[in-house]
Amino acid sequence: MTFWNDPINFIAGWLRSVFTDWGLTDGPANVITSLIGIVVMILFAMLIAIALVWVERKVVARFQDRLGPNRIGPFGIFQPFADIVKLIIKEDITPAGADKAVFNMAPVMSLASVILIWAIVPLASKIYGVDINVGVLYLVAVGSFGTLSVIMAGWASNNKYALIGAFRMVATMISYEIPMVVALLIPTIIAGTMSVKGITEAQSNLWFVVLSPLGLLLFMISAIAELGRSPFDLNEAESEIVAGFHIEYTGMKFGLFYAGELLHAFTFGGFMAVLFFGGYGGFFGLEKLSAFTWLSNPFIELVVFLVKALIGYWIIMWVKYSMPRIRIDHMLTFNWKFLTPLAFVLLMVTALFDKILAPTQFYVLGMFFSNISLAWIVIEILRRISKRERIEHERNAEPVIQVAHP
Amino acid sequence: MQNEWLYIGLFIVIGVIVPIVPLIASHFLAPHKPNPIKQSTYECGIETVGESWVQFKSQYYIFALVFLVFDVETVFLFPWALAMGNLPLFAVIEGIIFILILLAGLTFTWRKGLLEWA
Repeated sequence: MTFWNDPINFIAGWLRSVFTDWGLTDGPANVITSLIGIVVMILFAMLIAIALVWVERKVVARFQDRLGPNRIGPFGIFQPFADIVKLIIKEDITPAGADKAVFNMAPVMSLASVILIWAIVPLASKIYGVDINVGVLYLVAVGSFGTLSVIMAGWASNNKYALIGAFRMVATMISYEIPMVVALLIPTIIAGTMSVKGITEAQSNLWFVVLSPLGLLLFMISAIAELGRSPFDLNEAESEIVAGFHIEYTGMKFGLFYAGELLHAFTFGGFMAVLFFGGYGGFFGLEKLSAFTWLSNPFIELVVFLVKALIGYWIIMWVKYSMPRIRIDHMLTFNWKFLTPLAFVLLMVTALFDKILAPTQFYVLGMFFSNISLAWIVIEILRRISKRERIEHERNAEPVIQVAHP
Repeated sequence: MQNEWLYIGLFIVIGVIVPIVPLIASHFLAPHKPNPIKQSTYECGIETVGESWVQFKSQYYIFALVFLVFDVETVFLFPWALAMGNLPLFAVIEGIIFILILLAGLTFTWRKGLLEWA
């Protein structure tokens, strides 16, 4: 075991020996080592969040045909640090009617709910916080803290806009949690484990996106809705309720919400990679060849994971900046009348085909084509319904009277 | 790490402390000059009319109820999905029947018109 093939355990072992040399027993030495590891992990996540501020601003500028930040440092790369300094020295205003304790707790909880996910993010085969056997369920459980922080912020602000925004956001988040959980059940069924590291390792030969392309689509849509990003960002529709649940927050408290949102988007990009694109690995067995053994080096795996997560984040941004906002009734209708039934039908199909085809050599083809044909059937049903509605609409429409111009 | 859940517990503690640190820094560095106008509720410059804690649309409550049914049920589905490899085909079909019953419930709420936003 050297630093290059197992950095975390190498440093942890060294720290543990240092602490035992100081006269600590094994228990406290382990706890202190873990604490140091946790702090490093969280600081790494926060560094990513700071970098994401720059990425987000630069990319949105390019989408809108602008230059974006370009004054501080090369390509404006130090802009987020200037932003942080500004946010910290800005006056923190608490509205007079606010419920102060809850008002102050909400932003902390919002960011903490995202940081907690990082306990299980598998950055590389040897670099991760902890590999719990209910990892996927933990992701859902921690995500609901975010919902709680939104309703806390909206309620405590003593502001009608904030309250309306919070209601909308919570309605979105709880509704889309159902397709999300189903989308998480599909990799669980295929891999036969709930640990995120186990799911990653099950994809070393074949990415799950091949076995379940519809599952990826479900996960992506529900992840964007959970994030409250466009086209589901009517919780902060600036033309009607200004900024939604965080309207009354200023200074660093707003900064925490902002950093939490960006980090959450990146984390979901990472989980898209972990669940469907092979996470840190997934080189299709290439790393077993003698010429490519360097692919299973933890640092290479870390880079691979970060690149995959960034691509996922970029897709979420792409959707955000190219789709118009939809109305709340459309959004809930879309979830309850389309996404939820589709998710459960897909779950049943996946379970059945997984059970019947698993021992045969038609497994991959069968799973792929069952997904494709399900997608085709769904599109066909939607086409028929919309055609019927269109004919109905045309029949009821008033005849257009042509007025001749003089 | 021997105990995973101890690690998660430590992670929760640190994860709550880290966001508080910039707030404390801000508390010492930022100016504090409150006045009644600054602290008033921001509703685009217009004075607030009536209570801010307004009543909400009852439709939200119905969606929350429907959500609760499905949320509880997904917890039952996770063990089923996890044990899929060891289950006989019959048990898988039983799970599918369970999902079908739930979908019947969704169809019922749909037919009742509870999923409409009106």
